[in-house]
Amino acid sequence: MIDWGPIILTAKLALLTTSILFVISIPLAYWLATTRSKIKPIIETLVSMPLVLPPTVLGFYLLMAFSPGNAFGAWLQEYFGIQLIFSFSGLVIGSIIYSLPFMVNPIQSGLSSLPTSFSEASYVLGKSKMNTLLNVLLPNIKPSLLTGIVLAFAHTVGEFGVVLMIGGNIPDKTKVVSIAIYDEVEALNYSNAHLYSLLLFGITFVVLLSVYMINGGYLKRFWK
Amino acid sequence: MITIDIHKTLQNSNGTMSLAIQLTIEKGQLITLYGPSGSGKTSTLRILAGLMSPDTGHILVNDKKWIDTDKNIKLSPQQRKIGYVFQDYALFPNMTVRKNLEFALEKGQDKSIIEELIDIIALKKLQHKKPTTLSGGQQQRVALARALVRTPDILLLDEPLSALDVTMRSKLQDYITKVHKRYNLTTILVSHDIGEIIKMSDKIYCLEDGKIVRQGNPIHIFTNNQLSGKFQFTGKIITIKKEGVVYLVTVLIGNNVVKVIAQESEIAALKTGDLVVVASKAFNPVLMPIQT
Repeated sequence: MIDWGPIILTAKLALLTTSILFVISIPLAYWLATTRSKIKPIIETLVSMPLVLPPTVLGFYLLMAFSPGNAFGAWLQEYFGIQLIFSFSGLVIGSIIYSLPFMVNPIQSGLSSLPTSFSEASYVLGKSKMNTLLNVLLPNIKPSLLTGIVLAFAHTVGEFGVVLMIGGNIPDKTKVVSIAIYDEVEALNYSNAHLYSLLLFGITFVVLLSVYMINGGYLKRFWK
Repeated sequence: MITIDIHKTLQNSNGTMSLAIQLTIEKGQLITLYGPSGSGKTSTLRILAGLMSPDTGHILVNDKKWIDTDKNIKLSPQQRKIGYVFQDYALFPNMTVRKNLEFALEKGQDKSIIEELIDIIALKKLQHKKPTTLSGGQQQRVALARALVRTPDILLLDEPLSALDVTMRSKLQDYITKVHKRYNLTTILVSHDIGEIIKMSDKIYCLEDGKIVRQGNPIHIFTNNQLSGKFQFTGKIITIKKEGVVYLVTVLIGNNVVKVIAQESEIAALKTGDLVVVASKAFNPVLMPIQT
């Protein structure tokens, strides 16, 4: 029988990462979609870098930064008593950075695709920017929000390199499913590796299928 | 009373254009901004609404300063009381017709105005529908009603009827005139349609390259001379045909085709596609009731 620890840990990591990402990505995407600042291309590049950068590079830098031997890591340890390396919190922070473009990009393009007259009409009606974002803009980009949530979730479930670099392979702390598969294969436990792999395969398929069905309007048509 | 004196350098396809507009509008008037595209009509509306800032100038609305660049005063769009009907209507697709109107309510404002407006624009049956399911004319009415919820100081209409067919246009012109009178609004309309301008507005300002080149009573402006015609309509010449010694000119007025006889001397100044005023001075027109 397989150990359920990695599965529960993966679900916990993905849920937490997605929730935090959702909250920080909306203001970031809104800023990117509306700003005319000169530093916008730089911020956009930084947000999108995890798309192309090998996860090991990101993991390596995070490892260096979080390490108590370095200034930042030592500061965290000293003032907050947090050690991010080989810990679940470290994984969450790594995953947030790593999955950021998957959440920010859909929301940003959703916001950019709305006609500017929506927000202008709302301002002219006396509504604040915040009120406009919450009641006019976001409700009209629900498909983009859903896409962002699902992609960020799925991407976090599937991450390997970053986790291995900064988390290692500690049962119930940092050993997520993708690491467990690697572990089982190394130990020549192919049947367990199969079970974990099949599980990830199934989850990913179902999650993505549901997004395409909802955004394509298939479910709506079915309900009618 | 509204006094506007604004300057702004704008970028357009022909390079830069300097917008310089001075206007005074009496309360309760409906005025039209007329002119070719890119002449600064929409920019003027956007500056009034606070969606764009002038480089220099001031806007005074009922003795309240909305903008004064000398004194660094600039009210945000939220602080001005403006009703703005956008060219694309800008109705929020996530809200029903009624919710679109309710969204416009100010904190603590009496909700009864919603019922009243829904009644005026005759949308009671459609009030729980989403805007995307409505026709262009219906959406236009919703946009007009939504702009009126806050009982604005100025109503700005940016070519609100340009996407509609002739019959629908005429109906909506009546709606606009009705609410303009009922709420004693000061209204600024951007329009290309001469018939519409003559029908609706008290005064017209013709813009060219960011400047007001002519202003006055719409009929005087468009005919260049003062007619004392018993009746007159504006229309567009469809064809000019020679019939023996006279010419037969076919004119489209609204959606009616009218044939008018003209002399060679008159034809010289006209060509197909020209806008003309069809007026009669000597005849007494016959009025007959129409069965509808």
